[in-house]
Amino acid sequence: MTIPADVQPDTTPLDPPVASTAPLSTVRPFYWSVRRELWEHRSIYFGPLAAAGVVLFGFLLGMMIVTHVGRSSWAFDPARQGHALVIPYDIAAFAILATSLIVALVYCLGALHNERRDRSILFWKSLPVSDLTAVLSKAAIPLVVLPVVTFAIIVGTQLVMLLLNSTALLLHGVGAGPLWGQVFQSPLDMPYALVALALWHAPIYGWLLLVSAWAKRAPFLWAVLPPLGLCLLEKIAFDTGHLASIVGRRLMGGLGEAFKAAPGSQDVIGASPQMDPIGFLTNPGLWVGLVVTAVFLAAAVWVRRYREPI
Amino acid sequence: MACIEARGLRKTFGQTIALDSIDLRVEEGRILGLIGPNGAGKSTALGAILGLIPYQGDLTVLGRNPWTQRDQLMRDVCFIADVAVLPRWMRVSQALDYVAGVHPRFDRTRAEAFLDRTSIKRRSRVRELSKGMVTQLHLALVMAIDARLLVLDEPTLGLDLLYRKQFYDTLLNDYFDHSRTIIVTTHQVEEIEHILTDVMFIDRGRIVLSRSMEDFEARYVELSVKPDQLAAARALGPIHERQLFGRTILLFDSRDRDQLAALGEVRTPGIADLFVAVMGQSDRAQGAAR
Repeated sequence: MTIPADVQPDTTPLDPPVASTAPLSTVRPFYWSVRRELWEHRSIYFGPLAAAGVVLFGFLLGMMIVTHVGRSSWAFDPARQGHALVIPYDIAAFAILATSLIVALVYCLGALHNERRDRSILFWKSLPVSDLTAVLSKAAIPLVVLPVVTFAIIVGTQLVMLLLNSTALLLHGVGAGPLWGQVFQSPLDMPYALVALALWHAPIYGWLLLVSAWAKRAPFLWAVLPPLGLCLLEKIAFDTGHLASIVGRRLMGGLGEAFKAAPGSQDVIGASPQMDPIGFLTNPGLWVGLVVTAVFLAAAVWVRRYREPI
Repeated sequence: MACIEARGLRKTFGQTIALDSIDLRVEEGRILGLIGPNGAGKSTALGAILGLIPYQGDLTVLGRNPWTQRDQLMRDVCFIADVAVLPRWMRVSQALDYVAGVHPRFDRTRAEAFLDRTSIKRRSRVRELSKGMVTQLHLALVMAIDARLLVLDEPTLGLDLLYRKQFYDTLLNDYFDHSRTIIVTTHQVEEIEHILTDVMFIDRGRIVLSRSMEDFEARYVELSVKPDQLAAARALGPIHERQLFGRTILLFDSRDRDQLAALGEVRTPGIADLFVAVMGQSDRAQGAAR
């Protein structure tokens, strides 16, 4: 943002020099707007943390049961049990990931609605923060902040689990080395999955933000019913389900798009799929989705401009 | 330079005309009271000035178009729309951090100094504060911003008398310095009339009266007429007549004070008295037009 040349600069010596404030004027408001979201929506980190707590509690409980009941079944024969030992770590990661996805959806639905409902939008609009900055800072929560938070919490949780697990193994005189190797076999999977999911889900977040900015009440119904209605309409009119499958793939198919089954392992349950960044990046669905996201966000900026407090 | 200049400013909501092509000019360094009944178009006018709503006609605020250049304009403009708009979840310290973060003209030490004179704790959330304290907090934030235009839309609504008085005293003593412009709307006209430099009445989307306070005081005379002089006084063409404690009070526009003094006691009317008179007139004019 630059100061138009025809605007007469202030000459009062107390004023901050215009030149030093101008370059900051887009980055600083954005940074503080994101921080503001974190202050307001503590579920962004408390949600995944709560999931981590539940997972750890369950893990601890399970470990206690296993050590008491069937000590022979888990601590020995590392070759066979190795994979079974890793399953809790995958469950932990998925539980935390699923929670943070729900947090993201709930967040987006309220982000531009609540500020109108409590009229605080008038306060935000009384400050030199553009609607574009406001909407982008809110979009950054599910697209950037939550993936980072989720990653940190998953890694933290898995480390705690590993420490507990290793202690238990060592108490039984079994080395924990293979376990660590198994858990961190493909360390890039998780960050890749988080980034890919954020990109794949971006149009959903964009849609929810738009509805949130637009709906006068019941943003949840406005977000869900129109797509549902269109799917039904298509089914009734043409007896086809293209729209439904597009929506379904968008909602649930993110990991399927980003990963591919390991070669020759289609029928082996639990075989870890492999990252497929090239397939993902050359997937037109990804790019169409991102364009749609941009359209939704632009519309949300426009709507926030015009909408009044409710 | 004019702080605000509007020509043919018009805003409609469906069939309702909220602003009916008004012309208006507010010079820098004035404190303008915008007075009108509910639904008269005050908030619409302020919304247009603040770039919150689109409008028709020409409008310039501090040399900028408030709709297309709102983001830049908001560096020089502050507003308090209502006491309820500070987000309830926010902590006082967060409000200070945030405004300091996004506003290049915010002086944090000034806001802190003002807050230190109140009983507001930095850790408190807005929802834990009383209504009066929320207003104090908002005022502390706004007064620490070196703005050129301050817009107050019913800033003291629902506050008790002590807070209301303190609000305007602080505004006048610690903030106003003749290079800033303040526009204020309120229903409690008596409380702000001593601080105003200009007054504007607005009704049904039109400006029905616009005067500087000097002009106001020079032109309008209220006469508590002696009963035996009533006919003579009425012959001078009062713009309004009312009864108070069994005496007739007449309001005159541009009449010789000495001449009126012979008929009873004269004084300068309050804005509220003139408001009632002018609104009555505009009602009659509206009736006659139909």
